[in-house]
Amino acid sequence: MIPELGTLAMVLALLLAAAQAFFGLAGAQLNRQSWMAVVPAAVAGVWVFVVLAFGVLAYSFIVHDFSVSYVATNSNLELPLLYRFAAVWGAHEGSLLLWILLLSTWALLVAALSGQLPIAFRARVLGVLGLIGVGFLLFTLFTSSPFTRLMPAAADGADLNPLLQDPALAAHPPMLYMGYVGTSVAFAFAVAAMLSGKLDAGWARWTRPWTVASWMFLTVGIALGSWWAYYVLGWGGWWFWDPVENASFMPWLATTALIHSLAVTEKRGLFKSWTLLLAIFAFSLSLLGTFLVRSGVLVSVHAFASDPSRGLFILALLIFFIVGSLTLYAVRAPTLKSEGGFELVSRESFLLLNNALLITAAGLILVGELWPLLMDAFDLGKISVGPPYFNMVFMVPGVPLVVLLGIGMHAAWRRALLGSRKRQLLILGGGGRALARRVAFAFFGGPGMPLTIVCLAAGFFVMASALIEPIEQWRKGQQLPRAALGMAIAHFGVGVWLLGVTGVCSYKVEKDVSLAPGESTEIAGYTFKFLEMHKVQGPNYDADEARILITKGGKTVAELPTQKRTYRVNRNPMTHAGISVGPTRDLFVALGENVGGGKWSMRLQYKPFIRYIWLGAVIMALGGLTAILDRRYRVRRTAEAGAFEPGAARKAV
Amino acid sequence: MTPRRKRLFAVLAILAGVGLATVVAIKAFDNNLSYFYDPSQVADGKAPADKSFRVGGMVTKGSLTRTPGTLEVRFVLTDFAHEVPVAYTGLLPDLFREGQGIIAHGRMQSGVFVADEVLAKHDEKYTPPEVAKAMKRPIPPAGSP
Repeated sequence: MIPELGTLAMVLALLLAAAQAFFGLAGAQLNRQSWMAVVPAAVAGVWVFVVLAFGVLAYSFIVHDFSVSYVATNSNLELPLLYRFAAVWGAHEGSLLLWILLLSTWALLVAALSGQLPIAFRARVLGVLGLIGVGFLLFTLFTSSPFTRLMPAAADGADLNPLLQDPALAAHPPMLYMGYVGTSVAFAFAVAAMLSGKLDAGWARWTRPWTVASWMFLTVGIALGSWWAYYVLGWGGWWFWDPVENASFMPWLATTALIHSLAVTEKRGLFKSWTLLLAIFAFSLSLLGTFLVRSGVLVSVHAFASDPSRGLFILALLIFFIVGSLTLYAVRAPTLKSEGGFELVSRESFLLLNNALLITAAGLILVGELWPLLMDAFDLGKISVGPPYFNMVFMVPGVPLVVLLGIGMHAAWRRALLGSRKRQLLILGGGGRALARRVAFAFFGGPGMPLTIVCLAAGFFVMASALIEPIEQWRKGQQLPRAALGMAIAHFGVGVWLLGVTGVCSYKVEKDVSLAPGESTEIAGYTFKFLEMHKVQGPNYDADEARILITKGGKTVAELPTQKRTYRVNRNPMTHAGISVGPTRDLFVALGENVGGGKWSMRLQYKPFIRYIWLGAVIMALGGLTAILDRRYRVRRTAEAGAFEPGAARKAV
Repeated sequence: MTPRRKRLFAVLAILAGVGLATVVAIKAFDNNLSYFYDPSQVADGKAPADKSFRVGGMVTKGSLTRTPGTLEVRFVLTDFAHEVPVAYTGLLPDLFREGQGIIAHGRMQSGVFVADEVLAKHDEKYTPPEVAKAMKRPIPPAGSP
């Protein structure tokens, strides 16, 4: 009975979402006040019923209701409670429900926090979000209901994929989806602006915190995925340019570009149509990501769906939203003119370059992503595009981007003579280079490759450059506005991230060995001694465990256990790596298998600076959070009255 | 600078940038494409002799041998029509098993496919679509009991 309540709740949510879309869009178009007035209530209703459906599914997992097919496939009597809950989004159907839950949560937040928006504009934004909700609810109900019954009920479930039984991975999909779905808010704002034909500084100021919020979640989601891959999946790799990773990285690049373009639109009234286009891109890439990952087009751990009707449905949704919004753009964008121009060297042109480089990278990654699919679709052979391609197309725009970032942060609007900053920046640049060389010598005992030095220097330079303003203000006893402080923090994070990437890419050491207990080997100055093997039992797995003693210069560094687990229910084997974490390096041991002759294979790795990759991402996200909390996004403004100011809105009514 | 010249300059700079990006991208793309072949195509000599490529199929039961105490393994990949012997040195993925579909990346050396990478996907019921197609069998639905 309970699972049927879930289906019922979804149907009700669908009807309410349809009402939200219709009354929002039609009400604004026909200027019917009473229609527009019901939209926020519809948003709240959708949210309540989606939460109910989600709760029903979670309940079915928690009480082991194996008469629900989705539960029987993805859970098990032995599965710990935390993972029973996380299993709700452990496969296709439930992850769609999570998507819808987050979409309706964003819509609820927009409805709650946008009381000051002009009523027609607000109705349109919520209407567009409702339309997206209708699409996904239809998709879930007709092709992928998580509440389908299994007749007869299973006695026990098939178990959650062991790879997914991990805290970081339990949190990864909600974070990533929060980011994915968050791009729909910027998209809805863009569509509403095109429908109403108004796009001013107020619009950009309303859109900015929402875009930054979704970017922040994307950043955290991607970082969690990478961290998980590092210690669970990847034998120590942290980024594989796997099509699924790219699917989340492209929206991130587009959203990053959008944040910067929005800044110009707000402050200077420029790049208006470009900003709209970026909002469409960011959302389209999120949808494309969902399509590629969930349709089974891509071969990956994430691709659950093998039912072609699902792929077709998402493809139709994708085409509807992309073609629809681009058509609207073609018709309406020319009417939204930007005012004024700017000097060749100014903050505007630095931000233009930022956008050009980010979008170039995203575009080239997209080519590498889709090319194999196109070749296959036209039967021209099965190909795959290797990681070196992606490294190349990311690095060639990426390195100049970081260097320009360190300079552009200090450029003024309109015309930027960097003035007194020029000297400071030159000193910091020189200092960064000197520090990079010193780090290369101190940690890795050599001058380092030119590219390594350039990247390390750029990392130090950006970190220092980001600190200039906060430090100056602090000395004067003043506080930087939160938005500016957030920018500085996020940019500092970029520098930290770059140090991590450069360190691990330039200096990592990997070695596959076969050792017998008592034997040892050496990498990067560390001695790894294989102490012994024994068996251990986990809550739902059995494992062979090896203990490895790591020493350097006779001193003990760490004693690491590494396991080869076999999960009792589905008999899947899984490697559990042993990692010694440190500020300058990780040491990583992963157990292979018994290769005969009393020996075991294992992979030993030295990963310098790798922690800074995720630390940098966390700092970036914190920067985003700081910026969102800026008071100017909340305080009412009446000075520059426009269509978006509360006073004007009431007058219009 | 007059606005006209400025605009010209900007357009030229963008064109140069795009041109450079295209050249870099095409070059990188060309060097990093790898094609997929099934064992029958390899047996027919359709796979390149001097370039690396990927081959996928089922690991023939009973074909896995190790040189004891080392990381060297040998096994045979089949699409039930033809077979390709594979040699590999390194750690095999967790889900590598006889009777399972896998993909190997490497090149042919005197009749043996010398792999530098062996991939098995993350679910034991899962068969990579390329492998399934190569074996002319329908893909078993993911997650079916």
